[in-house]
Amino acid sequence: MSELESLPMAKALNSGLRQAMLHDQKVILMGEDIGPLGGVFRVTEGLQAEFGANRVMDTPLAESGIVGTAIGLALRGYRPVCEIQFDGFVYPAFDQITSQLAKLTNRHEGGISMPVVIRIPYGGHIGAVEHHQESPEAYFAHTPGLRVVSPSTPHDAYWMIQDAISSDDPVIFLEPKSRYWPKGDVDTAERGRTLHSTAVAREGTEVTLLGHGAMVSVLLQAAEIAAEEGTSVEVLDLRSLSPIDYGPILESVRKTGRLVIAQEAPGSVSVGSEIAATVAERAFYSLESPVLRVSGFDTPFPPAKLETIYLPDADRVLEAVDRALAY
Amino acid sequence: MSYTEATLQLLSPAGVLVESDRTAEYLPVIEQLTDAELREFHRVMVLTRAFDMEGTNLQRQGQMGLWVPSLGQEGAQVGSGFAMRPQDHIFPSYREHAVGIIRGLDVLNIIRLLRGLTHGGWTAADNGNFHIYTMVLGSQTLHATGYAMGITLDGKAGTGNPESDEAVITYFGDGSTSQGDVNEALVFAASYQTPELFFLQNNQWAISVPVSKQSRTPLYLRAGGFGIPSVQIDGNDVLVSYAASRKYLEETRAGGGPRFIEALTYRMGAHTSSDDPTKYRSDEETAHWATLDPISRFETYLRGRGESDAFFAELKVEAADFAEDIRKRTVELGTPPVGDMFDNVYSEPHPLIDDQKAWLANYEAAFAESEVGE
Repeated sequence: MSELESLPMAKALNSGLRQAMLHDQKVILMGEDIGPLGGVFRVTEGLQAEFGANRVMDTPLAESGIVGTAIGLALRGYRPVCEIQFDGFVYPAFDQITSQLAKLTNRHEGGISMPVVIRIPYGGHIGAVEHHQESPEAYFAHTPGLRVVSPSTPHDAYWMIQDAISSDDPVIFLEPKSRYWPKGDVDTAERGRTLHSTAVAREGTEVTLLGHGAMVSVLLQAAEIAAEEGTSVEVLDLRSLSPIDYGPILESVRKTGRLVIAQEAPGSVSVGSEIAATVAERAFYSLESPVLRVSGFDTPFPPAKLETIYLPDADRVLEAVDRALAY
Repeated sequence: MSYTEATLQLLSPAGVLVESDRTAEYLPVIEQLTDAELREFHRVMVLTRAFDMEGTNLQRQGQMGLWVPSLGQEGAQVGSGFAMRPQDHIFPSYREHAVGIIRGLDVLNIIRLLRGLTHGGWTAADNGNFHIYTMVLGSQTLHATGYAMGITLDGKAGTGNPESDEAVITYFGDGSTSQGDVNEALVFAASYQTPELFFLQNNQWAISVPVSKQSRTPLYLRAGGFGIPSVQIDGNDVLVSYAASRKYLEETRAGGGPRFIEALTYRMGAHTSSDDPTKYRSDEETAHWATLDPISRFETYLRGRGESDAFFAELKVEAADFAEDIRKRTVELGTPPVGDMFDNVYSEPHPLIDDQKAWLANYEAAFAESEVGE
């Protein structure tokens, strides 16, 4: 039985965090400004008032400190959920994430687990200053020991944050910050999908579009325009960047024969590159055209006034669709 | 490069107790130690040194990829190690072999790590709360601080019962004090008033860089800037290491907030077996510190108290047996199964890892089949 509620993603995350905290006393939140302020995006609004300052901790302003102490708390039996304020601020914690958090289970020969979630608001479209609009997923998806997921809808945000928290492995949870505010239906009774699964967001027959996070809404927009022009486009929502659920991707490519991967991150050595290579290996005879990538350019994320040029939009996606169809 | 007016010392290099207004607070703690406990201090220092010498030999003979000696630092480690209570947790760097021995760690675990069989290999839960070694300098101080924050959240410190209240001790070196993580750990510890002792072994050298390059102030004074009480001790004096650690651990477990000890000691050996100290430090300096050796100093003290020749002779035999046992078990260690590489990367199933493990097994099986065919 479904129980639908229309929520923006930020509220859906807030509800998901609340459910996780109600469900397990060991779940604690840590981060900068997440207490009385509720985080700069208000994702944790009201949670400190409800659960107290011991379970919703405003930390000193030090990202390595947040992740490093979260590791210690996890060793103590807690399930910390860390908020990194913006994508570009995760790098001071990079060592603790990649050299410690990701490897401690392996280093202990399986003797311990590391149930830590790192929430990172990521991506562009918000007109912000440098370090506030980046897409760092490739660094983490490239790191053995981490899981990396990114929801595109309020419904997925609500469930995926709970599933990430209940995972015994560290999870990098990338929140598409430009999608924090649009509302969507959240079914609080039915999860629908497991955490690490690729979803079909729209069915089609001629070209497959694949993306995650904020890119999914761009792909759906492109599919709508393509439909008006008589082209049937399938849209896949990647959802999990590590591990990648290739089953639905290969199934779709075998049907359409064409794949366009879109992402905000720079394209070189990216998650899209990895998927393109794997699809070429596993579905070569199904392909009618080369797998194409539509990405941010391999430049630093530009000043805000140029971001609409840098970020893939429906037109750039459709240009790639045309190229794939014309091949 | 050596002790100053500020350095707290209970046992002089000549092996005599130092009686002063300043030591008066600490000496009663020492007076409470039984003969058996004092013998145990000495025993662990000697066993650790034997382990160290054996580790160095094994490395030189190709049995170990690397050796990390603790030679010269036994006093700082053994004193602080015995100051802990059973419920306390230890987050070491990678040189705290003596503390591991005190906490019941089978030191073959350290051998396995440095022989290239594992990246860690033991759990704190099964080894006296002695956590695994950390190779990235200072990372463990944040883990220790987080763990101590968890003790506070659990209400397991500051209840007034020292038999059950818990504390954390983290070890790090002078080089690590320049790391951001150590400074962030001090910030978090002060902010959350963790039950935690920061135990800095200042062994004077960060590989080839002297402590003067790390800091223009005595390192224990830095703690004050974080709002953390601190003291500088003679790290080659096992008694002051014990007494100062005991005092601070009891204060912090009682809810007093974090504490900081700088133990002045000396890395008598190389940084690791890959290092060559003759390139950067003088024989005079090493010779000076040799006169301050923690073990010979404590032996003088024990003999002064009337300890028998027999004790030292028996200990010498025990240490030789200990080293021999390590050698025997080291050379018997096999190579881990290839499949181990894939196990434990994640706690939950992961399709990519499972696929690669299966692929490798098939790949290797193909060789076996072709050999049969021949």
